[in-house]
Amino acid sequence: MTVVNRPASSDTLTGLVSAGAGHFATAVEAQGVPVEQVEWQPPMAGTTDDLAVVVTDPLRRTANQRAVEAVLASQATLVDVAPASEVLGLEPGQFLHAGPPITWDRTSGPMRGALMGAAVFEGLVADAEDAVALFEGGRFSLEPCHHRSAVGPMAGVVSPSMWMFVLEDPATGRRAFCSLNEGLGKVLRFGAYGAEVLERLRWMSAVLGPLLRDTVRAGDPIDVTGILTQMLQMGDEGHNRNRSGTLMVLRDLAPGLVSSGHDAADVAEVLRFIGGNEHFFLNLSMPACKLALDSARDIDGSTMVVAMARNGTEFGIQVSGTGDQWFTGPAQFVDGLYLGGFGPEDANPDIGDSAIAETAGIGGFSMATAPAIVRFVGGTVPDALATTRRMHEITLAKNPRWTIPVLEFEGAPTGIDVTAVCRTGILPQINTGMAGNRAGIGQVGAGLVTPPAEIFPAALAALAERARSRR
Amino acid sequence: MSPSDGFTHMELRTAYADSVTLLQVSRDVAAAPGVLAAQVAMGTPLNVEVLAGMGFDVPTCTPNDLVVALRLESEEALPGALAAVASALVVTARQDNAATGAVRPRTTASAVRRSGAPLALVSVPGGHAAVEAMDALNEGADVMIFSDNVPVDQEVALKRLAADRGLLVMGPDCGTAMVGGVGLGFANVMPRGDVGIVAASGTGCQQLMCLLATAGVGVSAALGVGGRDLSTEVGGLSTMEALRRLDADPSVHRIVLVSKPPAAEVAEAVQAYAGALSTPVDLALLGPGRADLTRATEELLGSLGVPVPTWPVWGAREWHPGPGYLRGLFVGGTLCDEAMLVAGERLGPIRSNIPLAPELALDESLTADAHLMVDFGDDTLTRGRAHPMIDPGLRLDHLARAAADPATAVLLLDVVLGNGAEPDPAALLAPAVTAAITAAREAGRELAVVVACVGTEDDPQGLTRQAQALAEAGAEVHLSNAHAARRAASLTTGATS
Repeated sequence: MTVVNRPASSDTLTGLVSAGAGHFATAVEAQGVPVEQVEWQPPMAGTTDDLAVVVTDPLRRTANQRAVEAVLASQATLVDVAPASEVLGLEPGQFLHAGPPITWDRTSGPMRGALMGAAVFEGLVADAEDAVALFEGGRFSLEPCHHRSAVGPMAGVVSPSMWMFVLEDPATGRRAFCSLNEGLGKVLRFGAYGAEVLERLRWMSAVLGPLLRDTVRAGDPIDVTGILTQMLQMGDEGHNRNRSGTLMVLRDLAPGLVSSGHDAADVAEVLRFIGGNEHFFLNLSMPACKLALDSARDIDGSTMVVAMARNGTEFGIQVSGTGDQWFTGPAQFVDGLYLGGFGPEDANPDIGDSAIAETAGIGGFSMATAPAIVRFVGGTVPDALATTRRMHEITLAKNPRWTIPVLEFEGAPTGIDVTAVCRTGILPQINTGMAGNRAGIGQVGAGLVTPPAEIFPAALAALAERARSRR
Repeated sequence: MSPSDGFTHMELRTAYADSVTLLQVSRDVAAAPGVLAAQVAMGTPLNVEVLAGMGFDVPTCTPNDLVVALRLESEEALPGALAAVASALVVTARQDNAATGAVRPRTTASAVRRSGAPLALVSVPGGHAAVEAMDALNEGADVMIFSDNVPVDQEVALKRLAADRGLLVMGPDCGTAMVGGVGLGFANVMPRGDVGIVAASGTGCQQLMCLLATAGVGVSAALGVGGRDLSTEVGGLSTMEALRRLDADPSVHRIVLVSKPPAAEVAEAVQAYAGALSTPVDLALLGPGRADLTRATEELLGSLGVPVPTWPVWGAREWHPGPGYLRGLFVGGTLCDEAMLVAGERLGPIRSNIPLAPELALDESLTADAHLMVDFGDDTLTRGRAHPMIDPGLRLDHLARAAADPATAVLLLDVVLGNGAEPDPAALLAPAVTAAITAAREAGRELAVVVACVGTEDDPQGLTRQAQALAEAGAEVHLSNAHAARRAASLTTGATS
């Protein structure tokens, strides 16, 4: 038994928290004691009993502390750039994709477009349309990026010849992987697979990948977590706004690229490509988040979400205390603004592994540090501040490294707690791009989205089942 | 969409705005009257491509040019559309200044983290209470659970964790506490003193405190533990922690434990625990063959060397009720219990919704052709309803019904004052008492009404003020619940003998 030093029962009561009848709070306030009144409301339907079991599970507090500590201790460094065939062991005909597992017949337009484009890129088919039968017939296999310690933005399609960033935590040697960002406009990750898309992918494999590999291998590992720390001080939230991060990583890569001995025109093209793509850093921030969250997996009793991911059809989460099980529901439509003449009728439901950012506390969760992002939904700066503050209500910790200046350097809200989501009904807020709903269109807009609410009670039920079985 | 439709306006401005801002501006302008399509964007290659895709003929421009591209129904719409562009750019700029976006705490964990408060008071519906209470324990705070209808397994889980962490769980169903001189839940305003109270019974604790206050004895702290704490299942976990707290408190010189008689093995453990403390512990255990709370208080006063006062009575009078039964209608569970024990000595078995023996249980009608006492604060009667000390409606209905029953000879009621309780219980109860007595008289009967009024002079409602109002309404009012019950029983005995 730990005997803690409590104030004596006769010592002045310094404050009271009241959950429930405001009546009692008022009576205590009238006696001169400051009261913090909880704005309590009933939890999500059907969760009452499971919440009681999971929240009173004796393992939970320590398990969540361990999970949070693992995430916060994680350090992501860029140590290599290499083809997926080498670092992920992908074989021809194997394709990774964003989100929870899916079969071809249920894939959305952009996912199909990206998979078809990847099949052409791999030289498996000459015409993208020819790939359809091979996916349908099971000749080509599909597997989530998440199942191979990887993440991919939007469709997140990875095929063996695509080059991957390799991030490593020096303390543990664990690794996470992500493809290289193609840029904006018509790109494979948004489901476009036209000639210019494939041309760019080929250049990335032939020039960008090898130059980055040689540069990264020759230099010191690049501290991606550290760049994220700085980005949050510079108006980037690390999901939809990666401008300063991109420039900082360009700064770190440039000397090595120049002195790599590669053809000057290629070096110039690589510098131009990185500098001209303000989302280049997204494919580094995502695996940095993935690396941190993977370190918190498989802790019995932990109610912390370790992955949120969408495949364009379904939104799925994984929770530390429930192993590799996915809890899925329909992917939602993004509330946002459209490019050019596109409108809601052109938009695909939410897609991509990039919600790993929010799972780790950046992106929508750190919206307050990137006020420009709220305009995606016609919001205001107070909306941004309120979003981050609201996310603190469903998270377990504040990240002491990733701080938000405008909120008095409060740490980013870190570690989504399934029980807190079920209790408050507050859903994680995700900043995201919007893909067109037909194969080949590309990006049609950007905005905000939340997971389907029902996956949190489903995850809670699984946690409750495990807690009950431990009794 | 064809470029030949309508009127096209294309202009380049030397200006810069963030692309996200401009998406908003474009949307606002597109919604203006007479505008078919609008794109306000920096002249980046991507945007130029988008504009071309929309059918606009874009002049040579750089990413530093602001492109305003409009397709209108006709040229007449142009001034309005340009005004919309100007206003959208201004509006988005103005929205940068505003409030702080503060968010209220939504869970007890969040509220404890924010405030650093050492104690949380949970009064959410019982099914949700353990979750909020656990939050407090996880954040290192003690918790008082006012809520009832909390499953006992959840109570045990909470108290085991609290015991491991040296934290205190007061409740569930903890109606009153005094911590740091502050009354929590239903709490009487007490003089500060050196008596510490541990109570498994809320209104029992309040009765003890109000008698002590009348005798001029103050209280240092009163810690509730919940009515089930001394059961076999819970094992007195909170009682022992509360005793430890008070023993460690230098301002406490004497401890009183108020409870129903504990389960035998728990009594042994608790007595052993109490015996090892340096502060003397008196037991006020309410049960058959034991001292009532008034008597226990008198014994405590004796050991403190304080003279026992005459317990006040208001409206004492000669009663001549007709033959019939005693009907007790209570808001305090322990007060109901004590009244059944006291009156039962004279009247024999009393039916109740919280019966002293299972065969005495009332059905849902809460009526019987017998002596009966109802606790309106019981779990089953507070589901989906406020406690009767806050909402007197249900008891007032039953009072009218019992008074109208010719078999009712004597009515016994309790009134509990203090913070958290109704601001003026007599306001509704006094007229109801008068109406009951009057109606009985009109029916040719005399109805005796005896009230136990548990309160102190410093309570917001004022003990004397409330007692006098009820006495003027025709009731006989006692501070001592045991005395009120004994009086009511003797009046009933007279009626039936």
